[in-house]
Amino acid sequence: MTRAANVNPSVSSYYVTDDFYQALVEAFTGWDRDDRAIADPAVRDSCRAFLEREARYLDQGRHEDWLALYVPECAYWVPGTADRGDPRREITFSFHDRRQMEDRVYRLATGYAWSQQPVSRTVRMVSNVEAFATDDPDVVMVRSNFQVTEFRDGDIRLWTGWSGHRLRRRDGGDWLIAAKQVNLIDCDQNIRNPSITL
Amino acid sequence: MMGTRQQPIFAPGPAAPGYDFDALIREDKVHRLLYTDPNIFALELTRIFGGTWVYLAHESQVPEPNDFFRTRLGLRPIIVVRDRNGVVRALYNRCTHRGATICRQARGSAKAFQCPYHGWTYHNTGELAGVPWPEGYPSDHHANGEFNLVQVPRVESYRGFIFGTLNPDAPALVDHLGPARRPVDEWLDRNPGGKVVMREANRMKFRGNWKLAYDNSGDGYHVVFSHRSLLMMENRFSDDDGKGMAYYKQQPDAGPIKIHYLGNGHHFKDKRFTLDQRPGALWEIEGVHPGMEGYEAALRAEHGDDADRLLDLAASVPMNINIFPNLLILGNHIQVLEPLSVDETATTWYGTAVVDETGELNGAADAINALRMRTQEQFPLFGEVDDLTNFEEIQAGLAAEEDEWVYMDRGFGLPERFSEADGVISGPATDEVFMREYMKAYKALMTAAPELAPTREVRR
Repeated sequence: MTRAANVNPSVSSYYVTDDFYQALVEAFTGWDRDDRAIADPAVRDSCRAFLEREARYLDQGRHEDWLALYVPECAYWVPGTADRGDPRREITFSFHDRRQMEDRVYRLATGYAWSQQPVSRTVRMVSNVEAFATDDPDVVMVRSNFQVTEFRDGDIRLWTGWSGHRLRRRDGGDWLIAAKQVNLIDCDQNIRNPSITL
Repeated sequence: MMGTRQQPIFAPGPAAPGYDFDALIREDKVHRLLYTDPNIFALELTRIFGGTWVYLAHESQVPEPNDFFRTRLGLRPIIVVRDRNGVVRALYNRCTHRGATICRQARGSAKAFQCPYHGWTYHNTGELAGVPWPEGYPSDHHANGEFNLVQVPRVESYRGFIFGTLNPDAPALVDHLGPARRPVDEWLDRNPGGKVVMREANRMKFRGNWKLAYDNSGDGYHVVFSHRSLLMMENRFSDDDGKGMAYYKQQPDAGPIKIHYLGNGHHFKDKRFTLDQRPGALWEIEGVHPGMEGYEAALRAEHGDDADRLLDLAASVPMNINIFPNLLILGNHIQVLEPLSVDETATTWYGTAVVDETGELNGAADAINALRMRTQEQFPLFGEVDDLTNFEEIQAGLAAEEDEWVYMDRGFGLPERFSEADGVISGPATDEVFMREYMKAYKALMTAAPELAPTREVRR
């Protein structure tokens, strides 16, 4: 059986190929170099504002708006090992393409995702935002630290780590996320109810 | 090496006072105390996690001499090590001197372990290698082995799965596994060379007793309810009911899915007979996941008609093989349960990859594994989290002291639902016969009082 060729990333993962993974792994290797740091405060401020907006959408449960922050052929990657590894060769905490990000959002909206009934309340802090240039003038890499405080069913707990965002400039000067890598400091530990979106 | 010290180093305590396991475990129900009582949990740590064979590690975690992997046997800190001579051992990770753990890395390679506290050093056989400034002791600590590390006296492997027991009277591992060997063989033999290797894990834990996860592992009754959101998600593109776990819908007991009780606490939910017997049939029912279309197109372009066979290796095989008390083989996962306390359990879903040592995959192993990593991540992320929440809510519900019973009576009193052959009891998909039967094995272990025999002797 051959699945019909499809170029809609919401219904087909045609774009997640070996080349895609290879480029992704390379893009997220050795990018936060001092000599590539962007000093221009306007660029850093626009990146920071964009990350804060993403955090707010997630805190507000605006998942459709969150999805719209990503390019069509995107990746959402939460490594399961501290050295991040290669997702082709190891199990990750999460690795989503566009379709699976939409799967995630769909599942949470069914009302039958018991791990999110009741829905967690979250507040995200995003800080230490630094932007780094890439070889593509329309692409920057952004490093930020995060702390998500989650309240659910009487308990408060913390999710802590740093994120790498690969941002692509869109017309008009704002950004879209080409790929996001979320590095939890306890990514290789047994974690209770990992059902919120990071 | 040693052997002069004959008395047991561990004297089992008296049977837990006040517990009548015949009263707690009935034919059709068990008492809530099995899940909530710290004293019963403490007894399980010797009678179950000690008294019977317990899965410890996979050989791919210690492939070379001197490789080690840190784990637990019950709550005992353990180092599974392939020693310098290639012998797989399970050493207590506990310095003989004052009790500190001597190995603090999750895994690695070491010919010896030195306690960071006072520098006592042990070979990776468990034998004491040296103590600092030995002239401060009146006798030689090396003389008769009494300062070696404690180790699990019996460590045996079955096709890569390493088990240990402290019970010298336990049957041989192969006999203990008994009829469970066949599905394990079939699960492995579909892979090249009949083997898999572990490649990291989805790691979770829940606030509930470990048996809640074991009860669930063969449970075909919960699927359409506990996993309703996942089933809706998997079917969001079509009315096609063939995807993923959707074949549980409608009348699951009339279908080809069977639950088998295999003896000694082991059980097996077999969903393979929902499949056509042809290459590609398994891949066709695989749920969508990242890379599916991209890699499939590349594999078909390169391998032509052989691509169906290769793609099946990326797909989850619909088997749940549950080896009491802590090894759950399902899909392509090797899931391990670790009791942390009476009401907390770690559940680690190790992913497996294929290896192609004989070239039978024609260079496709990396592509298969790139798909296989993703097919394995979906259920832990979008399915298991909902089960774990339900386990936590059971634990919460069981706080109601006066409502004493947990029922496992589905199918009880309906003998026409079952068949029995060669020591295997088989029933329809949603039956709870496997729970009733494994609880009998549990009761037998909890009421036996084996003399556990951890040893400082370095055998072989």
